[in-house]
Amino acid sequence: MAGTAVRGRLNAQGGQPLQPLTTAWQTATVESLADETPKVRTLTFELPHWPGHRAGQHLDVRLTADDGYQASREYSIATAPGEPVAITVERLDDGEVSPYLTEDVHPGDEIEIRGPVGGYFVWDPVDGGPLLLVAGGSGIVPLRAILRHRAREESPVPVRLLYSSRSWAEVIYRAELDQHVEGVTVIHTLTRQQPAGWQGYARRVDQRMLTEVAWSAAQAPLAYVCGPTSFVETVAAGLVALGYQEGRVKTERFGATGS
Amino acid sequence: MSPISRGFHRRRGEEAAEGRVPPGQYVTHDFPVLSAGPTPHTPLANWTFSIEGASDGPKSWTWQEFQALPTETVTKDIHCVTRWSKLDTMWTGVSLDVLLGAVSYDVPYVLAFCDGGYTTNLPVADLTGGKAWVAFNYDGGPLPPEHGGPARLLVPHLYFWKSAKWVRGLRLRDVDAPGFWEMYGYHMYGDPWREQRYAGD
Repeated sequence: MAGTAVRGRLNAQGGQPLQPLTTAWQTATVESLADETPKVRTLTFELPHWPGHRAGQHLDVRLTADDGYQASREYSIATAPGEPVAITVERLDDGEVSPYLTEDVHPGDEIEIRGPVGGYFVWDPVDGGPLLLVAGGSGIVPLRAILRHRAREESPVPVRLLYSSRSWAEVIYRAELDQHVEGVTVIHTLTRQQPAGWQGYARRVDQRMLTEVAWSAAQAPLAYVCGPTSFVETVAAGLVALGYQEGRVKTERFGATGS
Repeated sequence: MSPISRGFHRRRGEEAAEGRVPPGQYVTHDFPVLSAGPTPHTPLANWTFSIEGASDGPKSWTWQEFQALPTETVTKDIHCVTRWSKLDTMWTGVSLDVLLGAVSYDVPYVLAFCDGGYTTNLPVADLTGGKAWVAFNYDGGPLPPEHGGPARLLVPHLYFWKSAKWVRGLRLRDVDAPGFWEMYGYHMYGDPWREQRYAGD
């Protein structure tokens, strides 16, 4: 429970590095673009040397301007291990990199990529479940990689996805999430605007919603929470209050000015 | 040779920070939060800061004893490995010179340990000489829990994952063993000016 100091909650202690990261920058070719929502686009890459990734990892993107100026950002990988490497980018109006990636880039363009990066916010079938995935906005991206990985591996682990978006038009991967997948339940909440006749949740994720949607703590669920900072704080604290083990609530947050 | 992205250019206003921002970083004006799990909340009555592995035995301070130590207020630039840098952040805390000065030791490394199980490894030389603090105030107020309150390590010359949140103590060590993110392939030292992000950099 919250307030109890448990040393050893995070499960990487002692011993040797689990995953040496010595990957270098490489030049990737943009293979295809797909608009997910008016502000969100998926870029699929062709990479000369990709060591393979795990569901939930990220990669670094580096852009170079004609005056030599460079800028780099981290993005979650949107696809499962074994699928072509892709990222899904939300345009931030005051951003430096995301406007270029969502508006200016064309198929055939080259950009630099390094990765994969990160090894804690990852899921493999052997990690089991039941899985509770909670996404806010573009926080769905690494969770979609986990869902696709589960499907490709034909894992029977049951999944509940609670996905908070501002409106139906801003739901990323909507068509994919609408498809029925055995063992996967998708629950949307639309916080700002709902279509006529909307029967689902229409508010920010709160404790009551988590109580209704989340697996019981007695089932020893494994939770992955990704979204803006305040969203992740609310959800992670809420799950701990429901009795979830702190070490089984993995979080990934992004700030308002992420990219 | 990096490919040129035509139409991509430096955001206006980024030039002002030149010379203060390490390679591959950008300046942010808010304060992003990064942590791997839920935010721990330790009551101050249960809080201690401990140094383990000293040759003259373990040393520990309660919150009250810790608050009675001499403090410093410093203004520092901080650099996160996820590529944001934040300039002129103001902190109040106890210098590691004071804390490590209270014990005897002859080893070159520490492993910082925290509520929630987070750890990170550092050379002692990077904690002494006015370079590191255990900070409990940020920007004039108590350090918020999501940013590591009640107290976090502040080692601003290294990537910010070395500035462990919710720090509860240091374990003095004769070998440099990887902490939490170091186990996942992040660099053992983490100098932002040499862009030591990942093992092998």
